[in-house]
Amino acid sequence: MGSRSGDRVPLADLVLLRQVRDRIDREYAQPLDVEALARGVHMSAGHLSRLFRRAYGESPYSYLMTRRIERAMALLRRGDRSVTDVCFEVGCSSLGTFSTRFTELVGVPPSVYRKEAAAATVGMPACVAKQVTRPVRNREARRAACP
Amino acid sequence: MDITIHSSFLPHTDADAALGFYRDALGFEVRNDVGYNGMRWLTVGPAGQPAVSVVLYPPEAEPGLTDEERRTVAEMMAKGTYARLLLAAEDVDATFARLAAGGVEVVEEPTDQPYGVRDCAVRDPAGNLLRIQQRR
Repeated sequence: MGSRSGDRVPLADLVLLRQVRDRIDREYAQPLDVEALARGVHMSAGHLSRLFRRAYGESPYSYLMTRRIERAMALLRRGDRSVTDVCFEVGCSSLGTFSTRFTELVGVPPSVYRKEAAAATVGMPACVAKQVTRPVRNREARRAACP
Repeated sequence: MDITIHSSFLPHTDADAALGFYRDALGFEVRNDVGYNGMRWLTVGPAGQPAVSVVLYPPEAEPGLTDEERRTVAEMMAKGTYARLLLAAEDVDATFARLAAGGVEVVEEPTDQPYGVRDCAVRDPAGNLLRIQQRR
């Protein structure tokens, strides 16, 4: 650390990180964890987490959970599934972790979101609905920056 | 006004790899292949759409970039956050199956997206994201 190259991640490693990130996008609903992701690119979990954070500004675990919450939001908006069903459907194995993370990212617990959001995007073009309903990671960052 | 889109640009890191992808995997025709100083510019496009091309260019050739900026562009390409293109196909699933069988880097298998399209996503050899959606 603190090397002269400014701690830049080598290009070859960035390519591996991109493959990890794409895999999260593709397989987030499966029981993925950081160890499995790291094995896929022959890195240790700790090394992967450090490099990923340097490249993308957040840990692979955080990115994975954000993808799951994003999908969960879409499923909850449909209103035909319970919070528990949605939790497992997006790849989370713990309802507690899911609810905590959901609340951190979205601002309300999943049960409240389910009740309130069902009608929120009615009449909105699909592309707009996707944009405006995406979890905003900066919301967290801002809160962390000024508690 | 009768303006059309003539060419759009995507960066490449390796002209031969780019040809292998756009010509051999996607089936695009090669309309121009220009070399200069060891660098190559490839103009490609689908046969059925002769008036619209994609130019695959060497980003390092851009004049007026600092070394730092050049490095940042290379890093963003490698990590997959630099450039993208949206394509459409008559049968996304068949197209995807052919691409996957040809060994391209898969990002997402054909999926009905909550925003209303069926699409899939792959990366070209330079890391550019190509989404292919069902034509309607």
